[in-house]
Amino acid sequence: MAVRLFFKEKWFYLLILAFALTVPFLVPGRYFFQIIIMSCLYAMATLSMNLILGYTGQASLAHAGFFGIGAYGVGLMTKAGISFWAALPVSALLAAFIGLLIGLPTLRTRGSYFAIATLCFGVIVSIIAGSWVSLTGGYTGVVGIPKPTPIPFPVIGKLSFNSLTAQYYLVLAFLLLTLFVMHRLVFSLQGLSFMAIRNNEALADAVGINTFATKILSFVIANFFAGLSGGIYASLIGSISPSTASYMLTFNWLVYLLLGGVATLSGPIIGAFAIPVLMENLQFLEEYRLLIFGVLLIVVIIFSPRGLMGVIESVWNKSKAKNPVRKAGGEYAAEGGKPDQAI
Amino acid sequence: MLLKVENLTKQFEGLVAVSDVSFQVGAGDILAIIGPNGAGKTTVFNLISGILPPTSGKILMQDEDITCLKPYQVAQKGIARTFQTTALFDQLRVLDNLAIGYKLKTTTGFWSTIFRTRGWKEDRDKCTQKVLEVLGFIGLAEKTYSLVSTLSQEEQKRLAIGIALMSDPKIILLDEPTGGLIQEDTDSITALIRKMKKTGITVIIIEHKMRMIMDLADRIVVLNYGEKIADGPPEEVSKDAAVIKAYLGGEYIA
Repeated sequence: MAVRLFFKEKWFYLLILAFALTVPFLVPGRYFFQIIIMSCLYAMATLSMNLILGYTGQASLAHAGFFGIGAYGVGLMTKAGISFWAALPVSALLAAFIGLLIGLPTLRTRGSYFAIATLCFGVIVSIIAGSWVSLTGGYTGVVGIPKPTPIPFPVIGKLSFNSLTAQYYLVLAFLLLTLFVMHRLVFSLQGLSFMAIRNNEALADAVGINTFATKILSFVIANFFAGLSGGIYASLIGSISPSTASYMLTFNWLVYLLLGGVATLSGPIIGAFAIPVLMENLQFLEEYRLLIFGVLLIVVIIFSPRGLMGVIESVWNKSKAKNPVRKAGGEYAAEGGKPDQAI
Repeated sequence: MLLKVENLTKQFEGLVAVSDVSFQVGAGDILAIIGPNGAGKTTVFNLISGILPPTSGKILMQDEDITCLKPYQVAQKGIARTFQTTALFDQLRVLDNLAIGYKLKTTTGFWSTIFRTRGWKEDRDKCTQKVLEVLGFIGLAEKTYSLVSTLSQEEQKRLAIGIALMSDPKIILLDEPTGGLIQEDTDSITALIRKMKKTGITVIIIEHKMRMIMDLADRIVVLNYGEKIADGPPEEVSKDAAVIKAYLGGEYIA
């Protein structure tokens, strides 16, 4: 039994959910609360980036570009009077559709060529956002974006999103939705096909997986959720500018992903919460903070290429391997067990 | 005839790797392709499985032209293959490797995966069933949850065959399935190939181990410098003067 933890996994998840629900009563102040809300949005973006980069193995660096497309979509549409609840899915679908158009040529390239091509696209998006003044307002951006349209309820009145607490629950709901979709995808044959492409594209092709179509699917889903988080961001923050689509954001998410754990579901979330919070607490170090993160990143990449969760997972799996009885009795290959054990 | 290869030619720039090669495989047979290094054996496999497009010639599967299909489309036609350097998904576990081999038999896509529809669940159950069946067939049931990197050479080669078997192929192409193995391990792989033949799978195999192939094959095609120099049952081929000169030399005494 060795290292079996003292609780069942299900209880562990419920505990985390309960904690997440009580966060508004625990946060010390508005400023910190704002950081938590941003972390939820960035966790969504990092989770979706993880699908294409971590699970499918295609290093897309255009993620902030799609985040920006979602943000501008919601910003411009809601300012034109369209309901947030219509503008949000439309913007996310727009990001997904542009992702399809960009993916068709770029996903034919591999490795660093794909990374460079997508990085270029990300830069182009922020340049367009800065230069198409009549639509985007240029470098001043779009300001005065309304908060999400209140949801009317028959008896209690309506649910508005002016308080941070309501905004937090909104982003939490979307984060859980993203996590749910990613979980379903990862623990399925579909998820295994993504990992097959990451691991050995030629073999995946030879066993009958249409690798190009599968990569496109992964890219489109990832960009849908990037657009979704961008759309919510625009409405909650109230103003956007070309920096909303800047590649700097992509690299922030990349750091969250690498430190938290590539190709794990919890890694991106842990990274997206832990690093901004750590950054805040290390304010006294000023610019030297970046130095610390730089060194940390190098150390992690050398000693644990799969980040914090990679370490935890390998310990967990070793304890499981000693106790194979628990796993006996043919359950579905990609369900229950972790299909992504080590890179 | 299950598979027909007609006048297949492949040129790389000036080099003719495969030159006007024709052969046929009947259902349930084991066909061996032999020849010295650089004779074009693996190229023939790459042409059949769609990894390379031929310069000219035709490949017919049950009279259907599959010459210009992509590798994943060839796999969907019922032709599975293994690679010379054992190709596996080495970041994943044994059962994940096998499950991936089942993907082409499923019809579920994004939405059915998200909503776990009835079709998705049926696919999952059938896949689980097939994984268990293949695990038993290739004798790796005890290694179900092991990472591929912890398997021995011979186990990895059996797993590679297992992945190919997951899709219930009509034909399986084995590229040196016993390459680099000691005699005992070679025997266990040979036994596995015989077992496959018994279940009705047609096998095309590239091998260098003469004694093994003479016992195993129903027919042998001999290639030399990209050209077919002999084609027939083992007894006949091993006595063929051209074959002895080109390849067997003094090594094999029939």
